[in-house]
Amino acid sequence: MSNSLWKDAWHRLLKNKLAVFGGAFLLFELIVCLLTPWIAPFGFETQNLELTLAKPSLMHWFGTDNLGRDLFTRILYGGRISMTVGILASLVSVIVGVIYGAISGFIGGKTDNILMRIVDILYALPFIFLVIILMVYFGRNILLLFIALGLTQWLTMARIVRGQVISLKHKEFVEAAKSLGVRTRTIIIKHLIPNALGPVIVYLTLTVPSVILEEAFLSFLGLGVQAPMASWGTLISSGVEVMEIAPWVLIFPALMLSMTLFSLNFLGDGLRDALDPKGARD
Amino acid sequence: MKIGSWRLTLCSVFGFVILSILIGIPLGSAQSAVPQILNLGNGGEPKDLDPHITTGVPEFHILMNLLEGLVNKDPKTLTPIPGVAEKWKLSKDGKTYTFSLRKNAKWSNGEPVTAQDFIYSWTRLLKAETASEYAYQGFYIKNGKAFNEGKIKDPAQLGIKAIDPYTLEVQLENPTPFFLSLLFHHSLYPVHRATIEKFGSRWTRPENFVGNGAFILSKWEINKVVSVKPNPYYWDKGIIKLTEANFYPIDKHETEEKMFRAKNLHSVDDLPLEKLPLWQKDSSGVFKTHPYLGTYYYWFNCNKAPLNNKKVRQALTLAIDRDRIVKFVTRGGQVPATMFTPPGTGGYQPQARLPKDGSQFAKAKQLLKEAGFPDGKGLPTIEILYNTSDNHKKIAEAIQQMWKETLGIDATLFNQEWKVYLDNQHTKNYMVSRAGWIADYNDPNTFLDMFVTNGGNNHSGYSNATYDQLIEAAKKETNPKKRFAIFQKAEDILLEDLPIMPIYIYSRNYLLSNEVQGWHPNIEDIHPLKYISIATK
Amino acid sequence: MGLTYILKRLLVMIPVFLLVVTLVFFMIRFAPGGPFSSEKKVPAQVLKNLEAKYHMDEPLFQQYLRYLGDLSRFDLGPSFKHSNRTVNEIIAEALPVSMELGLISLFWALLIGISAGGLAALKPNSLYDYIPMSLSIMGICLPTFVVGPVLVLIFGLWLGWLPVAGWNSWQDRVLPSLTLGFAYAAYISRLTRGGFMEIRHQDFIRTARAKGLSEKQILIKHALRGGILPVVSYLGPALAGIITGALVTETIFNIPGLGRFFIESALNRDYTVVMGTSLLYFSLIFLCNFLVDIVYVILDPRVRYE
Repeated sequence: MSNSLWKDAWHRLLKNKLAVFGGAFLLFELIVCLLTPWIAPFGFETQNLELTLAKPSLMHWFGTDNLGRDLFTRILYGGRISMTVGILASLVSVIVGVIYGAISGFIGGKTDNILMRIVDILYALPFIFLVIILMVYFGRNILLLFIALGLTQWLTMARIVRGQVISLKHKEFVEAAKSLGVRTRTIIIKHLIPNALGPVIVYLTLTVPSVILEEAFLSFLGLGVQAPMASWGTLISSGVEVMEIAPWVLIFPALMLSMTLFSLNFLGDGLRDALDPKGARD
Repeated sequence: MKIGSWRLTLCSVFGFVILSILIGIPLGSAQSAVPQILNLGNGGEPKDLDPHITTGVPEFHILMNLLEGLVNKDPKTLTPIPGVAEKWKLSKDGKTYTFSLRKNAKWSNGEPVTAQDFIYSWTRLLKAETASEYAYQGFYIKNGKAFNEGKIKDPAQLGIKAIDPYTLEVQLENPTPFFLSLLFHHSLYPVHRATIEKFGSRWTRPENFVGNGAFILSKWEINKVVSVKPNPYYWDKGIIKLTEANFYPIDKHETEEKMFRAKNLHSVDDLPLEKLPLWQKDSSGVFKTHPYLGTYYYWFNCNKAPLNNKKVRQALTLAIDRDRIVKFVTRGGQVPATMFTPPGTGGYQPQARLPKDGSQFAKAKQLLKEAGFPDGKGLPTIEILYNTSDNHKKIAEAIQQMWKETLGIDATLFNQEWKVYLDNQHTKNYMVSRAGWIADYNDPNTFLDMFVTNGGNNHSGYSNATYDQLIEAAKKETNPKKRFAIFQKAEDILLEDLPIMPIYIYSRNYLLSNEVQGWHPNIEDIHPLKYISIATK
Repeated sequence: MGLTYILKRLLVMIPVFLLVVTLVFFMIRFAPGGPFSSEKKVPAQVLKNLEAKYHMDEPLFQQYLRYLGDLSRFDLGPSFKHSNRTVNEIIAEALPVSMELGLISLFWALLIGISAGGLAALKPNSLYDYIPMSLSIMGICLPTFVVGPVLVLIFGLWLGWLPVAGWNSWQDRVLPSLTLGFAYAAYISRLTRGGFMEIRHQDFIRTARAKGLSEKQILIKHALRGGILPVVSYLGPALAGIITGALVTETIFNIPGLGRFFIESALNRDYTVVMGTSLLYFSLIFLCNFLVDIVYVILDPRVRYE
């Protein structure tokens, strides 16, 4: 796409009110997360055992958890972790998945067969063992967290992109480019990937929440966020435990996650429409 | 745009959902006599029902009804009462028991239970090929240990002898005051030889099972249910009122509690911690709570600096407020552990040596200063290892905070999945590690003999020669009073050296329907089905 | 595509399967802890006895050959944890339960997902779009471990319409399948909407529109075929996942399915069950992806596999 096309896309995006709203909200959240240590009203680990599971009040906007810690503060800190995890791990899965899937689908034949069988094998490896063993050899570092999270997510992404590419590659514009002698790499990057971008963006917006929630599972294995720090995923899963006594402990983190996802989806849909050269002609 | 038909489709979909839900309404349940069917939540799925293979509590709850040992326990007082043995006597030196077996004890296929059955079973328990994890329960029998380790090959050298088919003589290595109580443990139950020889490891399937207990195994579907029915050949079958009992393996306490509320279960094996405050307020009488023979504590790795310094261990132990932990964090009627052995274990009442609350915080600070770390300065970060669980996490977070507030020291937490955690604990690859110890039998020995030098369950690297000698002396002492005095001395040393930090004595919290009769709450949690019935409302 | 393609694809499975066996077999032995490690430490002698009983005292490679030998007779070995059952028996008992739960859930997921997604795509940026899509986002944000207990609380305890747990009557099927189905429906509806939106603007749809076909006819005849491709791609792994990965739903509703064994066996280091379930999962993935590839050709005749 040329410079002016990007500009057009940008203008189309700005016209989409929902997308602008979504983007603005995400930006706002990002800034709040960055500033959390300075704006949080309490410490994320500060306990008040006399005030456990307190209802939302002026003092504790979102109430307190089962050790009397301020939930609002914990959600702010949790957002830092979950946003980072969601964005980075999804990026890993998109980059690897899109490139892998596009190559597999476009080249086809034996290469496709081999690449896709590798994907099948990776699906089958018992994930728990993979994580445990990785931890034994590499310790508990944050990089490993992203790798472990991206590891499972890119597989389905690759299959989706491959499916799209296979159905696209016999279309006229690709055949035309081929007959003109355009290099494979150029065809994939310039023609196939942009046209497969729609489902990719949709699936990406689905990946972010599942990565955020999966982080809670990795915490179970000892990778991921360490207590007393919490992520949205771990906050939600411990919120379920007290659902009947103190519903707010579940509702607020779930609400924050939902709002983030709404924004992400609005932005995602807006981006897709804006980037879609065909849509533009409507 | 023709949305109409789409709307129709959608409506019919929702209609279908609602309809299918509505049909699900149970159409009233008319019943006359109260069916004598007991439904119990029973924790995890049983690993097996072979008394020599299993190690868990859920299995024990089922097995105590399918098989019967020489003695039973009175469910109210927990004192040994006749089981297969009608009566017994103990020799003067406390080392030889003679059991007289009742003539009407039968297997569920009608065959009599004889002394030979016990010889076969106990030999099987100790045989290497059986690979029983509870083989050590047979080590109190003369030559039991040597036979298990292959140092003695001939089973005839074991201290068990059939004087006649209904008289069994048992010789012990040492006088073992708790031996009778031990006989109620599933590892010393009899098993049916012909069945095992015929079916091998599959003898515990319902279609093959032969037992001598009050009940027989009628159904076992994995992760679904284990059902038992009365044994028509049981010698005391007149007392049995239940026609069936179902043990449901339910991993999730939440699910179990909900099933109880929906009246699908008569009892809940364990309650979710977070639900305790709600049930404690319940006035219908279904909530039961009582102390339990177990201690929740932290290991200190005595080989690792700075925890190799006794003063640091003492400071850390005095710096937590056990009362607050029990009151605000665990909230389940636990007792602050001011000692290690739960009071009342086998009649032993240990002295409280540790503070219940924050009364010794100043002393803790002083000790840390004496250890060379005034106000925690220079002390390396303490790492607390725990296996993943919300409860352990909560407690660790509270302790971390207390150490910080009292001593000004930093601790980090890290959790690991169960087997990795065990691996690190067993290889002493930790600084501070969560642990819990549940009694194998009702005697202080089960708590105190784990700290002997290089003991299999001593994961702290702790070693104290005087302590070892005391535990050894207690084994040989037959006078209960003197024996307890020795244990008290040992426990005093333990609580001075502190390779561990006791936190609280476990409690057991569960729900029991008011319809259930003949269920007596007791510290060992033994509730034989033969005494239980369901009442008319 | 013809018979040769299908045969070739199935033939490929054999070496790939062997590769998976080998990889998983050696991988799981590298994790710390073993099937016999327990809180009350097993005495050394007993541990030796146990290892001998399960042939774990042999060199690892010999154990591997033994496993391959057993596998060639379709014998997956005895379970370490459930010691009076073989892995074959466990799978035979639990798989039908999981299949049933999975297929009912998949039915809900497809029904709700495709109708909601289709509806949204038909009238984008209207209430018909916003309401189902908002619900779908909620569905994604509220994982099964939240949805399940909430449904139980409402329908099982407060209203008392449905059983709270168990797997006996057909009423027992309703809540778990809805819980599990919701999660997948949320994904499917997003993917469906995305797929339809994508294809709406493509040339052959314009042609059809120019020919005066109604929007509904276009949707069903053309768009459904092309637009559903991403859903189909997603369905391959999802189908395998919905059958084997229902751990959370199974524990919440206490269903004796296979999903629990995947996690339980890994946590217990029940090696034979880990092997058995992993191989089963791989076979399912392989078959599902195979089916997906065939469905692709049916939906989009231009797709060729060389």
